[in-house]
Parts: sequence; C-alpha cells; structure tokens
Amino acid sequence: MSSDWPLFEVFIRSRSGLEHKHVGSVHAADARMAIEHARDVYTRRQEGVSLWVVRSVDIVASDPEEADALFEPARDKVYRHPTFYAIPEEVKNL
Amino acid sequence: MYTQALDTHGQEPLPAGAGSSAALAQRFQERIDVEEKIEPKSWMPDAYRQTLIRQISQHAHSEIVGMLPEGNWITRAPTLRRKAVLIAKVQDEGGHGMYLYSAAETLGISRAEMIEQLLSGAARYSSIFNYPTLSWADVGAIGWLVDGAAIMNQIPICRCSYGPYARAMVRICKEESFHQRQGFEIMLTLAQGSEAQRAMAQDALQRWWWPSIMMFGPSDADSKHTAQSMRWKIKRFSNDELRQKFIDITVPQAQFLGLTIPDPALHWDEAAQHYLIGPIDWNEFHAVLAGHGPCNRERLEARRAAHEAGRWVREAAAAHAAKERSRQSQAP
Repeated sequence: MSSDWPLFEVFIRSRSGLEHKHVGSVHAADARMAIEHARDVYTRRQEGVSLWVVRSVDIVASDPEEADALFEPARDKVYRHPTFYAIPEEVKNL
Repeated sequence: MYTQALDTHGQEPLPAGAGSSAALAQRFQERIDVEEKIEPKSWMPDAYRQTLIRQISQHAHSEIVGMLPEGNWITRAPTLRRKAVLIAKVQDEGGHGMYLYSAAETLGISRAEMIEQLLSGAARYSSIFNYPTLSWADVGAIGWLVDGAAIMNQIPICRCSYGPYARAMVRICKEESFHQRQGFEIMLTLAQGSEAQRAMAQDALQRWWWPSIMMFGPSDADSKHTAQSMRWKIKRFSNDELRQKFIDITVPQAQFLGLTIPDPALHWDEAAQHYLIGPIDWNEFHAVLAGHGPCNRERLEARRAAHEAGRWVREAAAAHAAKERSRQSQAP
C-alpha cells in the first residue's frame, strides 16, 4: 500500500477584513502544493481571498476531557459582561 | 474537519469514575440524545466508529466513481455552456469525495487504506454508478434524479451526530443543489425540443427511474443497519421514508416535463396522500451490488488505471518535496 502525503489543515479568509477560519484539510507533498489543492478543493465558488495551510501535526489541540477544567471557571463570572450592571434609564451614553 | 494526525498527540484518557465500557457507552448515548456533536477526540464505541468509517468511505467512493459516467460526456456536450457546467459538476464530485475522505480520516483510517479498499473491490460505492450513460439525456437524468435522490439522502446527514461528517455534508448540500437544477434544465430543454429529443429524454427516464429509486437502499424490513444508526443519530429517516419523499416530489416534476415514469402501478393514493409505486426489483439491486451491474468492472478498471497512471506524479512530487527539505536543512 502506498503511503499518504502529509496532511495540512486549511484556513480561509472569506473577505478582506475578516479572520481566517478553519474549513478542512488536504494531503499534499509540500506547502505550496497544499495551497494549490486547498484552492481547488475549498474555493471553487469564491469562498476566499486568502489561504493558510498548516501541517496538521503542528497543531496542538486541547483535550475534550479537560474542557470543564479549562472553560468552566468562566461560567459564573457574569460580571464580565456589561449587561450585569443595572444603570438607571435616564443615564445616557453608558 | 479535524484530522487523524491531530489524534496522534495522544489517546484520550478515560473519564474519571467511568471505568466500565458500559458506563462509557451510556454516557456516549446520553450525549447523542441531547444532540451534542461527537468530535474526533471524543470517546466513542468501536461499532460507532466502524459504522461511520464504512458509511463515510462508501460515500466518498461514490463521489469519486460518480465522476466516471458523467465524465463520459464532457467531450461530447452539445454546447460550450453545457460543457463548462458539466466540467464544474464533475469537479464538484471530486471535491465532495475529498471532503468525505478527510472526514473519514478523522476516525483513524488513512486515505491510502480507503483508496486501496476501493481499488481492490473490497469497498462498496453507490450501485447507481454501475449503469452506463448512453445518451446526452442521461446527463440530464442523472442530475435530476440521481442528484435529487442524493440530496434527499444527504440533507438529514447535515445533522448527523458526528461533527466532521455533518460539516462535510453541509458544504456538499450547498453545492449539490446546482447539480440537480442543471439536470432538470437539460431534461426540460429536451422535453420541449424535437420529437427525437423528447424520445431521448423519455428513454433516459426509462432507464434511470428504478435505479434512482433503489438508491435509497433496501426496504426498512430488510435494512440491517437502520435501527442502530437511528439511535446513534447517524441516520434520521428510514430508507422507505426518504424514498417516499423523493417519489412524492419527483412525480409532479416528471408530469411537468410531459414524460412518463416507467411504472404502470404508479398512482396517487388519496387516503395515504402519497404517490405509491409498484414493486421494486430487488434482485436487480442485489445483483448490481454484488458486482454484476452493466458497468461494475469498467468503473473499477477506470479507477485502477487512473491510480496507476498517476503513480509517477505522486512519486515525483514526494521526491521533489524531500529534495527541497534536504536543501533547506543544508542551507547555512
């Protein structure tokens, strides 16, 4: 069985001014080919104006089982949102 | 889509206090029941993983083999407009195959392994692509009926419990709608054309109707995977439910075209509020699935030839990349 080319994750900037967003992955021999494959596979309908490709092995992801430990502490800190504070209606521009 | 390579960073540790596999399985089912998405690094029962690998890879193979019957007409499309559209459609099918292979890879199978399964004949793909495209009208019938049936099957998969598969399907469904509409437009043009063109459209409907109906798979009574797949929310509707939906929307479209569906038993049932069809020839379905359709051998030979013919390109690209890497590491 032949082996696969390395895997790259693909990120697209859909319009000028927006951030790059993960859309999927492609196999390619090198980064340049990964850009070309990403163009063919993910932007056939003007989905983007810019592409990033990153070798999948270079991405470190958080562990789903650690999600509580990582993200739960923010849950009870509603005072970080402006709507937590009651301001009289007649006060403007706050 | 996340990837298999991401997963190699480490096996997920078992959740604390959930030692037994029964407890894990129960927690997994609870997540599914509340419509939580399962992601590549989440714990999942092995049977869930294997079911998805089988289904997603078969789906990917179908897209890849599906390029062949239509590709057959690219050089003979009647106008430049039709040719440009057909090339775009076939390229989309290739793209859909790529999205789906990527989604399957997140479950721990390699792309090379899946291709190997297709080429060796071990893997299945949709039986519909083992029928020949004999006339230009077949390109219209495929877009209208085959892509129509595929959309009917695929829209519920956009809500599949497995995240990477669901996201791939959202992308595919967005693109698929043009496929069906361009097919109907071809049928409409032929149906409004000369006597010979109308006959060509009718002949295509004649040959593609029943294979399209069979695309929904065995009837519910004979479908061995349905119940479990529904519990896992891989499937949302049964084969027969989706088939009936497809029939109900397609019959009026055929009537609009002025074409006759090749089923003398087909009728509107007032009580059921459905179009009911005559018996399906399941012997034909099983024969095609078992490799005895008109084009099974030809399709696999075409894929094998393409794979072999492309070998030197893959090897040259890999050699070039290796050389570039070693040049960079030697640079001062």
